[in-house]
Amino acid sequence: MVENQFDDELTPTRKPSGFYGGLRLPTDKHDLADQPVLEAPLAEEYLLPLVQHRGLKARPVVAVGDKVLRNQLVAQPDGLISAAIHAPTSGVVSSIERRPVSHISGLPGECIILRSDGEDQAVEPQPIEGDYHLIDPVRVRGRVREAGIVGLGGAVFPTSTKLTARADTFLHTLILNGAECDPEIACDEVLMRIAPDAIIEGARVVMHVLQVNRCVIGIEEDKPQCEQALREAVERADDDRFEVVRVPAIYPEGSENQLIQALSGDEVPIGGLPLDIGYVCLNVATAASINNAVHEGLPLTERLVTVTGTGLQGQANVRTRIGTPVSVLTELVGGYTDDAERLVIGGAMMGFAAQTDAIPVTKATNSILVMAPEQARGAEFVRPCIRCGECARVCPSKLLPQQLYWHTVGGNEAQLERHNLMACIECGCCDYVCPSHIRLAEHFRYAKATVAQRRIEREQARMAKVRFDRRNARLEQQQRERVERIAEKKKTTARARAGDEKRQVIADVMRRVEEKESGGDESA
Amino acid sequence: MSTALLVIGGLAVVFSLVLGIAAQRLKPKGDPVARAIDHLLPQTQCGQCGYPGCRPYAEAIARGDADINQCPPGGESTIDALADLLGREPKPLNPENGTEAPPTVALIDESLCIGCKKCILVCPVDAIVGAPKLMHTVLMADCTGCDLCVPVCPVDCIDMVPAATGIAAWRRKPPKREPQAA
Ligand code: SF4
Ligand code: SF4
Ligand code: SF4
Repeated sequence: MVENQFDDELTPTRKPSGFYGGLRLPTDKHDLADQPVLEAPLAEEYLLPLVQHRGLKARPVVAVGDKVLRNQLVAQPDGLISAAIHAPTSGVVSSIERRPVSHISGLPGECIILRSDGEDQAVEPQPIEGDYHLIDPVRVRGRVREAGIVGLGGAVFPTSTKLTARADTFLHTLILNGAECDPEIACDEVLMRIAPDAIIEGARVVMHVLQVNRCVIGIEEDKPQCEQALREAVERADDDRFEVVRVPAIYPEGSENQLIQALSGDEVPIGGLPLDIGYVCLNVATAASINNAVHEGLPLTERLVTVTGTGLQGQANVRTRIGTPVSVLTELVGGYTDDAERLVIGGAMMGFAAQTDAIPVTKATNSILVMAPEQARGAEFVRPCIRCGECARVCPSKLLPQQLYWHTVGGNEAQLERHNLMACIECGCCDYVCPSHIRLAEHFRYAKATVAQRRIEREQARMAKVRFDRRNARLEQQQRERVERIAEKKKTTARARAGDEKRQVIADVMRRVEEKESGGDESA
Repeated sequence: MSTALLVIGGLAVVFSLVLGIAAQRLKPKGDPVARAIDHLLPQTQCGQCGYPGCRPYAEAIARGDADINQCPPGGESTIDALADLLGREPKPLNPENGTEAPPTVALIDESLCIGCKKCILVCPVDAIVGAPKLMHTVLMADCTGCDLCVPVCPVDCIDMVPAATGIAAWRRKPPKREPQAA
């Protein structure tokens, strides 16, 4: 495979980076980060989907009609991989029902619906008092779990799970992900500028919990203010375990595996996790919310959302409470333009189109993008693959998208496996460069989901077979034991009967002997 | 020279022994064809194929007594996989055996259950828990949706419900074949 060559002629330009492949995407989001952060107004109604995270759906702990205060727990995690949900304001639970949510299917999902009472009264926050260094890591982790914190970079995996050190792995470095590489999203960039201390403090908590002594903060070179802010924060904290490192601004730098590779040269093995090579990676916003949970006693009920796109009158980064309908945010920046065409949740490269703006902002929502036709890709005609190999050159996972595409269309699961389909991070780089406009990533998302589903089904079938076989074995054994018991019983009764007969014979003989004797006496 | 011969010869003996023992020890149980077929079946154990479980059906196919299109829960994809394995032409599901439907699981109406234990006795995968005269319930994650418990319940308190609804039941569709340039 050829390594990337420095090549400024091509747009988008590819540059040698700390990781393989990737794209340099044009962006003007940094101007957006310079603007002041807006505050979303109090909404009338908040929609709190029970699934805002990877894992099992949360279990409501409130009933319809209950009055709740801001930051009060409304749903608790169901199992280890699940996350708690808290009320974003005070009000009344008006119903628990299915509503449109931010999911690619466009299907409604179960939500707790909170009617705001306008008072915005909060419960008394209960920060962990004293020096957390002296506090049991288990308690700190419990706090992170209670606060409903999930990975805010997009993966929305429950963070408390990540903070559980495993006995079989040695963690040496915490990586803070400040590489926000989507060309439209700037919420982390803003956070790094306005709350660098919270980020550093959050990281220190994590380092205590996981007992790691090194933290590397990766920031893209096009965010000098963020770098500056974090360097100063590190100085203020006077903690020499931190290191701020500038990385080239290449999409998808913000993907965990790529960032680790860029910072250290270490590659996460295919199908593995950063954990396997001793790294744990957290988004800067996640670190800040850990700080809020531990030091301020606040659960995760708000986040920064980038509201942008050519289909909107204005654009801004907005501090938004979880559950706020998207329409509130689009209105806040001045509403739609006449030719607004497509509403995308989650960035230009990896986001998905939503069908309505009635859906709420969730913990995962980092951006709301409204596109006018000229921005919306997807109308181009698709031509047959010309085997140019561009896709393979940009794929950060070192896959061969062109081959994968063939096997996806052919439904050849064995070949897909061989070509490491599951290592595809769905970044869309291949799509972006394909001169034939083939929707490669779209095919891979489908194929990955299908393969994953089939794996689940196979596992279920395997378990069913195990249970079926065990049951049959048990029934057989019971049958065998019954037969044995019956045989045994027969034998004993037979023996008993045999014994009876013998006794009878003896008794008869004895009687006759007696009779004889007595008869003889009589006759004598 | 002679040492080399001895070493190589020794190695040959050792390896042949190891392989021989391994072949003995790891000998697969039962008919390998039936096992391969069984591996492709959904293990619902419902008996709609006409045999008392997936394994017996697999054995019947291997013997040549049964056709490959008799498993409704497996549906088209299982038929295709079987056809592929056995080098035959795929064919549509035999309607006499049933129709392909979205997966279901059993749900016991716990307020009606009289604890008669009949359902426990028929469940082929031990997916029901309960005790005599006490309420019974289905372990949803283990239920294969075979339907066998429904007819035996004397108070008709078992219903088959969709295994998943809404977003949980949603599956990505294959991407549309895009508009092709002329
Ligand atoms: S979407 Fe997948 S195949 Fe395409 S470039 Fe990204 S990782 Fe590679
Ligand atoms: S970039 Fe497109 S045309 Fe070129 S090899 Fe890849 S799939 Fe084919
Ligand atoms: S619970 Fe009923 S439907 Fe489910 S596997 Fe057992 S017998 Fe079949």
